[in-house]
Amino acid sequence: MTDLAAWTCPLPLRDYPCVTIAHGGGGQLGADLVNHLFLPAFGAPAAGAELTDAAVIEPGNEKLAFTTDSYVVQPLFFPGSDIGAMSVNGTVNDLAMVGAVPLALSTAFVLEEGLEMATLHAIALSMGRAAANAGVRLVTGDTKVVDAGHGDGVYITTTGIGVIPPGVTISPDRAGAGDHVIVSGPVGQHGIAVLSKREGLDFGTTIESDCAPLADAVASIIATGTDVHVLRDLTRGGLLAGLCELAEAGSVGVKVDESLIPVPDAVMAACRFLGLDPLSVANEGTFVAFVAPADSDRVLEALHARPESRGAAVIGEVVSDHQGIVIGRTKLGGTRVLSRPLGEQLPRIC
Amino acid sequence: MRFVDEFSDPGLAANLLRTIEDIATQPWRIMEVCGGQTHTIISNGIDQLLPAHVTLVHGPGCPVCVTPLEMIDRALAIAAMTDVIFCSFGDMLRVPGTNSDLYKVRAGGGDVRVVYSPLDAVTIAEQNPDNHVVFFGVGFETTAPANAMAVRAAQQRGIKNFSVLISHVLVPPAIEAIMSAPERRVDAFLAAGHVCAVMGTTTYQALADTHQIPIVVTGFEALDVLDGIRRCVRQLEGGRFTVENAYSRVVQSDGNTIAQDLLHDMFEVTDRPWRGIGTIPSSGWRLREEYASFDAERRFGVGHITAEESPLCRAGEVLQGFIKPTECEAFGTTCTPRTPLGAPMVSTEGACAAYHHRGTVAQDAAR
Repeated sequence: MTDLAAWTCPLPLRDYPCVTIAHGGGGQLGADLVNHLFLPAFGAPAAGAELTDAAVIEPGNEKLAFTTDSYVVQPLFFPGSDIGAMSVNGTVNDLAMVGAVPLALSTAFVLEEGLEMATLHAIALSMGRAAANAGVRLVTGDTKVVDAGHGDGVYITTTGIGVIPPGVTISPDRAGAGDHVIVSGPVGQHGIAVLSKREGLDFGTTIESDCAPLADAVASIIATGTDVHVLRDLTRGGLLAGLCELAEAGSVGVKVDESLIPVPDAVMAACRFLGLDPLSVANEGTFVAFVAPADSDRVLEALHARPESRGAAVIGEVVSDHQGIVIGRTKLGGTRVLSRPLGEQLPRIC
Repeated sequence: MRFVDEFSDPGLAANLLRTIEDIATQPWRIMEVCGGQTHTIISNGIDQLLPAHVTLVHGPGCPVCVTPLEMIDRALAIAAMTDVIFCSFGDMLRVPGTNSDLYKVRAGGGDVRVVYSPLDAVTIAEQNPDNHVVFFGVGFETTAPANAMAVRAAQQRGIKNFSVLISHVLVPPAIEAIMSAPERRVDAFLAAGHVCAVMGTTTYQALADTHQIPIVVTGFEALDVLDGIRRCVRQLEGGRFTVENAYSRVVQSDGNTIAQDLLHDMFEVTDRPWRGIGTIPSSGWRLREEYASFDAERRFGVGHITAEESPLCRAGEVLQGFIKPTECEAFGTTCTPRTPLGAPMVSTEGACAAYHHRGTVAQDAAR
């Protein structure tokens, strides 16, 4: 029996005696779960755990990046990608966000009784292609089967390990006032691609997921000699969740100019139709980087040379005031606080 | 026209703002009735771009905010029942009832689903004949036709395991209540364009005449809202008060008569409690007796459930423009976006939540 009163910061969690779907939405509630349930419960063994995309461990002279992620997307196949490629690219990207060159991944499957073998085969083929494309090996794995009705076809967990080049230190606490905030490409495509397929919505054009490995794009920035301060993979919760987490973790303010944020017309139209904010919609192949202003031109040049980051743009800067808060300059010239959704984004009635 | 960003063009917006600046010589308080317009105002920062003496007051037009606590509790009671599939628009899921919300009901084993249309709920009912499917039909005149359509569709397709929990409210009685209150602090209204698209604009002329207030039927894009404000100010400065249609690309004076016929056939006017405001006479719709089998409230016998609002919450006064959120004692102390006492603190565009975020920034900047 959990002693609710003993929790370190019981206020938000006491309101939720059960896990709700919102706890998995990449928003504030998920962060609460980590900070107020997992870390205190893990105790000393979790001391020093950093809430970055990947942990950095130093067993000897080398710095290794280590990360894990589970993939539970529905539908399993969607425009531009599928759960298989996502499970490889997502973990590769988490490694890349600390500057690591990905080495190897493990793959664990939870399969639901009754899943068609052809579907599983297609997913496995996609994982093989994605791994080859990302230059990472799939070296170990596990398979479990649960009773029909106890899973959603396939859940995949991948764990990755990579090597961080000497001299590279990328972490939210390196964010400094004046840093340029660069986004690697247009935002919102993955979430809308998945949603439109799941809900059977036709927007007259197919919006494809941006699912892609980002390790080469990151390596190309590092190769310019730029001292990259911060990187963040923009997945659940989208650009806003990423920026808000970085502002909090780095104890800095972030200012973005909304007119500079690349949002494809089709994504914008779909979001307006559905009552969603494209800045909070999930991505699977887009990241933000904080770099010194003097480095920003060559970083953009390196990113523009690669297909997965051709749409990279400077969207704002890091500031020393309003710590932990992201402020947007609206297209009309007003300002607003850009807060991350509490849990999953909820479509508005009107 | 691509209808993506033409109606939020920064250059045209700047022109409209200059015009408003030029013509507004006195302090004016303009209430936007609809939550969708509040969203446009906050997300574009329009309230900060206006001259300081033109103030926007956020009105009671957010269905999430005004659905009464007892109706949320009734929804929660039904959603927790075995064999019920409870369907709702997404943003009702986190609205707190007395002790719970739909998220918690779902986590406790309730089958709660987000749908984009009430007709989706009818289809779910057809596909799940052993379950009873309930759609949470909240909202203003805008959402009512689709809910009426869903009942009609279920009736025509012989689907018996479908019902709606209706909590419809109407805009004109709310404007009447706000203007009749002794604390009245509103000089003009932006009427909700999509409500008028259904109901037409003629009912608003009587309100404008009686209370001598300008009412401008306004759309939902940034330029629509700015044009609505400009027209309000122009009338106020000229001492005029009439109904203007600034949303003629969508709204006709007669409205959508086909939808109106359907609504009159299916619904009858009833008194409705508004969250935080209290009961407003003849301010809502309920299903007529002949459609009782589609009325979840009667079908599940939850009509007896009543609820007490938190005595600390002054959301009703906020929603009527009597006080600013910051004037409420609970604001930022017992009531925050994480622990909302009232619905305006729930969604990011709720008036209280919007002020809460801005306050955080102001304090931080001051430090």
